[in-house]
Amino acid sequence: MAHYQPPAQGKASQLIDVVVLVVLTVGALFVPIWLGLAGAAKSVTAPVANPTWESLNQNAAQAARYEALGFTPESAHDLILSRFDYSFSIGALLTMIVVIVLYYFLILRFSEVEYREVISEKFGE
Amino acid sequence: MTEVDITSKTIDGIGPHGVKVGLLRVLGPAHVWALGVGIVLVGEYMGWNFAVGKGGAYAALIACWFAGILYTCVAMIDSEVTSTVASAGGQYTQAKHIVGPLMAFNVGLYLVFAYTMLEAANAITAGYLVSVVATMTGHEGDLNQRPFIILVIMFLAWLNYRGVLATLTFNLVITAFAFAAILILFLSTSGIVGAGIMDHAALFEGHALPYGWIGILASLHFGLWFYLGIEGTTQAAEEVRSPARALPFGTLAGIMTLLIAATLTWYVCSGVLPWEFLGDGVNGSVAPLFDTARLSGSTGLVWLLGFGTLFATLASANGCINDASRAWFAMGRDKYLPGWFGAVHPRYRTPYRAIVFLVPIALIFALGAPLDQVITFSILSGLLGYTFMPLNIILFRRKWPLNSIKRGYEHPFHPLPAIMLLSLCGVTFFAVFLGYGTQLVAMIGFYIVVSLWFHFWRYRFVNRGAQFTMPWPKPQGY
Repeated sequence: MAHYQPPAQGKASQLIDVVVLVVLTVGALFVPIWLGLAGAAKSVTAPVANPTWESLNQNAAQAARYEALGFTPESAHDLILSRFDYSFSIGALLTMIVVIVLYYFLILRFSEVEYREVISEKFGE
Repeated sequence: MTEVDITSKTIDGIGPHGVKVGLLRVLGPAHVWALGVGIVLVGEYMGWNFAVGKGGAYAALIACWFAGILYTCVAMIDSEVTSTVASAGGQYTQAKHIVGPLMAFNVGLYLVFAYTMLEAANAITAGYLVSVVATMTGHEGDLNQRPFIILVIMFLAWLNYRGVLATLTFNLVITAFAFAAILILFLSTSGIVGAGIMDHAALFEGHALPYGWIGILASLHFGLWFYLGIEGTTQAAEEVRSPARALPFGTLAGIMTLLIAATLTWYVCSGVLPWEFLGDGVNGSVAPLFDTARLSGSTGLVWLLGFGTLFATLASANGCINDASRAWFAMGRDKYLPGWFGAVHPRYRTPYRAIVFLVPIALIFALGAPLDQVITFSILSGLLGYTFMPLNIILFRRKWPLNSIKRGYEHPFHPLPAIMLLSLCGVTFFAVFLGYGTQLVAMIGFYIVVSLWFHFWRYRFVNRGAQFTMPWPKPQGY
């Protein structure tokens, strides 16, 4: 195989490459946050009016620990009653599976093409 | 078999192709242990407790042990490949030689983002700790944590800039201190020394599995946090005196240390703190071991665990800067990223440009995103990396069977650890999907876009044959 000679990359082009990567990285983290789609927000589905430790389903030992941590039934209300919602649709699950499988398929396929070039040039053919 | 011995003390086989000043070979097994455990031990001091929030205390324990199995597989596989591919960049360099350039580029990014976001999480925790200590010592009002977050990242980046031996020796000392603090807290609160304050039965009453069995699955998401980063030992491969001995020893000793520390941490915290408080790492317990010490009533324990938490965050952030910069440096050296990053400092012999470049990235994450989001993105990058590892070892054994090249270490029971690791990764993807599916899809979408960018644009600047630097024979099947 003919030896591949990569082109030299100018400083401006190198800078653009770095900026592209940084923008994509920051976007991947912050766009879901800005759109309000990030995180499994917990919510209180059944709030308790005028809460007491008993109505918050806390026994004496649990209540004592909360008080030692500086909580009252009122201030601990949301902390104690907030729950995740783990309901999901099969469609969403299948979408996730397809995205992950597609991703690995893509990189393994492209990698194999590139790898054969590397081995061919390194060891000669 | 090839004539070149990777375990040789005279021919290391790293082939830094074109770099005239190499990284300094000064580290021993203890430094490897300190690098691995140092990065991870902070996972015992903060973050793991989100697993309690996702499924309850018992679910977090089961997640802790399942994640322990996952990481034992990671450590076994990593020890074999790394002791043979002893080069800076760790799994990135492994992927380059075993799977292919695009996989390597992705793995390099997994490493950089997993460690940089972990570093950001550490800095957030350090800032929080300073604010709590300020309140405890009489400060009134909310203390601005941002200057402390910036100070932590800048100081550790400077330390890394100055040299790897001082950096990891510093890590060795503060990691040992943080580990000892967990042991002392366990002895003091369990009743072995003095009066115990644990009451598991009463605290679990009525709350054994608040979400049922699906909560156990969901907990596995943050169960990874107990150990995330142990694979970072491979980043020191080009700087250890004896890769074949130091890397397997340091890595496997590290995972054993962490299994003990993780179980003790769960036992201590879940026996003292109510699960709802423990499981909420934003509005409840940001630093659970420290909060446990606060409830012990002992001022000495409060200071001990305060320093333990601070040291654990510093050790972790320090190791993260070390590892992320090595991966970034290695990609720059190969032109996967602009070659400017592939420079070694002429005096300190560290990848100084990579270290400096990653500082503002860490600051963006530390100052701009909530702790659980930062941790989730770190975990996701780590998880993608762990999914690569079984593919990597299967291809490694297939392309270079056991007697075709000399390995520093051969892991037993192949391919059982690989199959188990792949299965556990699949379950963990589902665990992340439960509640954090948007981030999962966003993160994978990011990796798909950058993969296309690399394949169709960036790869043109990469020398083809020169990427393969190991003194190995041609792989079988090619």
